[in-house]
Amino acid sequence: MYYLYKLGIGIINNDVSRQNFLMDLVIFFILTVIIGGVIIPFAPLNWKGYIALMAVTIISCLSSYLSIKALQGENVEYYLPGSLISGVIPLRLDALSAWFILIINFTFITGLMYGIQYMKTYINQKSNISIHFVSYLIVHAALISICVLQNGVAFLIAWEIMALGSFLLVIFEHEKEDTIQAGINFLIQSHICVILLTMAFIFLGIKTNSFDFKDFTAYAASAPVPATIGLFLCFFIGFSIKAGFFPFHTWLPYAHPAAPSHVSGVMSGVIIKIGIYGILRMILVIKTDYVVIGYIILFISVISGVYGVMLAILQHNLKKLLAYHSIENNGIIGIGIGIGCIGIRTGKDILIILGFAGALLHTLNHSLFKSLLFYGAGNVYQATHTMNIEQLGGLTKRMPNTSLLFLISALAICGLPPFNGFISEFLIYSGMLAGLQQLDLFLLTALIFSMFALVLIGGLALMCFTKAYGAVFLGTPRITEKHIPEEAGWGKLLPMYSILILMISIGIFPNLFMEIVAVPVGLFSVSTTLTTSVVPLYETLIHISYGALIFLILVAILYFIRTLILAKNEFTTGPTWGCGYVAPTIKMQYTASSFIRAYRKLAEPILSIHKNKKEISGIFPHGGRQETHPYDKAEELLIDYPIGQFKRFLNRFAFLQNGNPKFYILYGVTFILLVLAFPSIFNIIISILNFLNQ
Amino acid sequence: MLSLILIFLASLFFTGVINRTKSIASGRKGPCIFQGLKDIIRLGKKGSVFSGTTSFVFQIAPVIYLASVIMAILVVPFGEMKGLISFDGDFVFFVYMLALGKFFNVISALDTGSSFQGMGASREALFSMFAEPAFFILIGSFALLTGHTSFHDIFISLHFSSSISYILGILATFVLIMIAMIENSRMPIDDPKTHLELTMIHEVMILDNSGIDLAIILYTTGLKFAMYGALIVNFFIGTFPYYISIPIFFGVQIIFAVIAGLLESFTARFRMSHNSQYIFVLSSFSLLIFFGVLLIMGRFN
Repeated sequence: MYYLYKLGIGIINNDVSRQNFLMDLVIFFILTVIIGGVIIPFAPLNWKGYIALMAVTIISCLSSYLSIKALQGENVEYYLPGSLISGVIPLRLDALSAWFILIINFTFITGLMYGIQYMKTYINQKSNISIHFVSYLIVHAALISICVLQNGVAFLIAWEIMALGSFLLVIFEHEKEDTIQAGINFLIQSHICVILLTMAFIFLGIKTNSFDFKDFTAYAASAPVPATIGLFLCFFIGFSIKAGFFPFHTWLPYAHPAAPSHVSGVMSGVIIKIGIYGILRMILVIKTDYVVIGYIILFISVISGVYGVMLAILQHNLKKLLAYHSIENNGIIGIGIGIGCIGIRTGKDILIILGFAGALLHTLNHSLFKSLLFYGAGNVYQATHTMNIEQLGGLTKRMPNTSLLFLISALAICGLPPFNGFISEFLIYSGMLAGLQQLDLFLLTALIFSMFALVLIGGLALMCFTKAYGAVFLGTPRITEKHIPEEAGWGKLLPMYSILILMISIGIFPNLFMEIVAVPVGLFSVSTTLTTSVVPLYETLIHISYGALIFLILVAILYFIRTLILAKNEFTTGPTWGCGYVAPTIKMQYTASSFIRAYRKLAEPILSIHKNKKEISGIFPHGGRQETHPYDKAEELLIDYPIGQFKRFLNRFAFLQNGNPKFYILYGVTFILLVLAFPSIFNIIISILNFLNQ
Repeated sequence: MLSLILIFLASLFFTGVINRTKSIASGRKGPCIFQGLKDIIRLGKKGSVFSGTTSFVFQIAPVIYLASVIMAILVVPFGEMKGLISFDGDFVFFVYMLALGKFFNVISALDTGSSFQGMGASREALFSMFAEPAFFILIGSFALLTGHTSFHDIFISLHFSSSISYILGILATFVLIMIAMIENSRMPIDDPKTHLELTMIHEVMILDNSGIDLAIILYTTGLKFAMYGALIVNFFIGTFPYYISIPIFFGVQIIFAVIAGLLESFTARFRMSHNSQYIFVLSSFSLLIFFGVLLIMGRFN
C-alpha cells in the first residue's frame, strides 16, 4: 500500500524524484514476482491461477506504463548497483524495448487467461500446477528484464532464467516420454545458445573492461570490420537458435506440440521473439558493415521461410504444423530485418523504414495470430483429445466460435487483406520494391529472388492453411467419435476474441500502428529526415485502410442482396450432390494427405519423407496400407548424423565400461599414480630436453 | 471508375465470344454471344439446394469471391485514368485480394465433404500457388523499368523504345495471357467442358453450388477474364485519348477472347502432373523478362 501511495505521488517530472520513482517501480516489480512466486504453492488449487494472473497483470501494468512513455519519446534510464563481476547494471527502456515489452505483456495476459481455463482439466495435479504457474510468472518477469537490461552478465542471467523457466513450462505433461525428450532437446539447444552468447559477451567484456552495452558500441565503432562481423555472427547464431531460423530450428517442432496449448501459443508468439529482439538490439549495439550482415540475414531468412512452410504442409499433427509456421514467419521477419540492414548501409531511409517497420509489425502480428491459432488448437484438443488432423473433421458444426476464430487467424497468417498479416507483408514488399530502385546489380538479383520466395511462401501458406482448416473443421468427422466434442467455454473464448479485435483493428486502421512503430524504427537510422520520409507511407496505408473498409461494406451489401434473392426463391437441404454419388461414406472424403499429395510428389526430392507401403497384390488380395511420416532433412543432416557418428566413435571405447569392479579399481589406481607421478615425470622430461639442447 | 464500367461491360460478352469461337472452330453455329448472361439470369431465378454437410463457409464463399474480384478490378487503371484505389505497391493488394477469393473457393469446396470437390480444391491450391510468383516478377520487372510501383504509374510510363522492349512487351503479353488461362482454369491447364475426374479444377469445386450462388460464381469467372483482358489492354493504350483507347479496349478484349477460344479448340490438355511444371516454367519466363529489363537499363556493366 505504501508503494502504491508513493507511485501515486511519483508521477512528477523532477529528476531526483523521478529516480526515486523508478527505484520504487523496480522494487515493486521484484517484490511482486517474489511474493507471487512464494504464495502460489501455498494457495488453494482454484486460486493459484488467479494469483498468477494478478501478479502478471501488475508487472505488465508497471512495464507497460514505462513503455508507453518510452514510445512517446521519454526513454527511461536507471542504474542498479551491480556486483564486482558485472559492474553497474543499467536498465534502459528505449522504443525498441518498449515495443517488445508491450507485445510480451499482451500475449502473456491473454495466454494466462486462456491457460487458467485450459488447466482446469488437470486440476488434481497440485504440485505440477504450482510449478507451472510460478514458472509462467518467472518467465514473464525474465522476458521483461531481458528487454531492459543492458549489462552483459545480467542479460545472460535473465536469459538463463528464461530458458530454464520455459523448459519447466514445456514439460508439464512429464509422464509422457515424448514430452521429456522434447523438453531436453529444447534445454540442450537453449544452452548451446547461451554458450554462444556467453562467449561473445566475455570477448566484449575483455576488450572493453566493462559489460555495459554502451561501451560495446564504442568498442565496435573502432574495431576492425571483420572482427565486428564475426562478433555479430556469434550473437546472431546464438539468437537464431532461440528464434528458430534454419538450420537451428530443430527443437521447435518438438517443443511446441509437447507443451500445453497456452504455453505453445505464448512460446511461439513471444518467447521466440526475444531472439529477434536480441538480433535487433545487437544491430543497434554493434555497428558493423551492415551490407554483409544484411545479406546474410536475408539469405538465412529466405531459406527459413520457404523451408518452414514447405515442411509445415506435410505435417499430420496440428500443433507441429503451427510450429513449422512459426519458423516461416520468423523467416519473414528476418527478411524485413535484412532489407532494413541493407538500407542502413546504403543510407536510404525508405528501405530502413519499410524493412524494420515490416519486421517489427510482423512480430506483433505473428504473436497475435499464432497465439490465437494455438489456442484454437488447444480447444480442439480438449474437445476431441487428438491432434491428428486425419482423425478430425466437421468440427465447425459443434464448435462454431473456435471455427470462426481459427478461420480468421488462418486468413491473417496467409497475409490476406483485410487483416493484419497483409499490412506487415505489404510493408516488406514495398521495401523490396523500393530497393529495386537502387543501382547495385547484386542487390537487384537478391531482391527479385527474395520477392519470388516471399510470394511462394504466401502461396504455400495458403495451401497449408486451407488444408488445416478444411481437414479439422469442415466436411464430416473422419473417425466416429466416442463422445461429442463441445465448444469451449467463455473463459477460453474471451481472451481469444480480444486478440481477434486487436488483429482486425490493425488490419483496418494500420496508420495508428504505423505511427507507433515508427518510433522504434527511428532508432535504426542516424538521419533526422526519417519523419518526413515516412509521410508518403501513411498515405499508402490510408488507401489500404479504405480498401479494407470498402471490401467489408461490399461483402455486407452483396450478402444482403443474396439473402433477399434466396428468400424469394425456395431452397432446401439435401445430401452432398458431388456429381451424383448418392451414397457417400466418410472415407470418400478428401483427407489432408490426399489434399497435399501433388505437392508432396513435387517436394519429395528435397525433403525426407518416410513411407511405409504395403501394395495390394495377388489374385485374392488382402488390404493394402500406406503411412507417410514427414521428417526433417535438416535435422537428419545436422543433428542425427553427427550424433550417430559421435556415438559410433565413442562405442569403440565401450570396453572401458565393462562392469567389472577390478577394472574400475585399476582405473582409479592408475589415475592416482599418474597424478602423483606427474610432477616428477615432468621434471625428467625437462631435464632430458635440457640435455638434448646442450 | 471508367475501368470498372468498361470491364463490367466487357464481362457481359466475354465468355460468350469464347464459346462462339470454339463452336465455329469445330464447325457448329454455336450459341449467341449473350447466352452466358441469359444463363446467369435464369440461375438467379432458381432455388437452391444446400448440402447438410456444409456450414457458414459455404454460404459466404461465393459472395466473398465476387467481392474480392470487384476489389481487384478497382485497382486496375485504364490508360490515364487511375483505378478507384491506386497507391504505391497496389499490385500486391491486387494479387492478395484475388488470393482471398481463392482461399474461400478452396474451403467452400472442402466444406462439402465430397472427394470430387476436395480434388478440385487440392489442384486449385497448388496451381494458383505457382502462378502468383510469375505475375509478381513480371510486374516487379516493369516497376524496375519504369521506376514506379503502382499499376497506373507503371502503365503510363511504359515506353516501347528499343527493340528489346518490344520483345519484352510480347513476352509479357504471353505471360499475362497464360496466367489468365491458369487463373480461370482454361486450356491447356484444365478443360471446362468435360466433367470428368481427370480434367476438372475449377468446375469441380462448384459442383454443389446452385441457384444464386452458381450465378454469382459464373458471373465472377467472366468478370475475372475481362479484368485480365483489361490488364493486357493497358500495355497498349498508354496515353492515347479516350476516343481511340475505348475502341482499342473492346477490340483487344474480343481478340483476347478469340485467342482463348482458339487455344481451347486446338490444344490438348496437359497431363495433370505436368501442369505444375508448366506453370513453374511461366515463372522462368518472368525471370527472363526481368533480366531483359536489366539489359535495357544497362546494369550488366
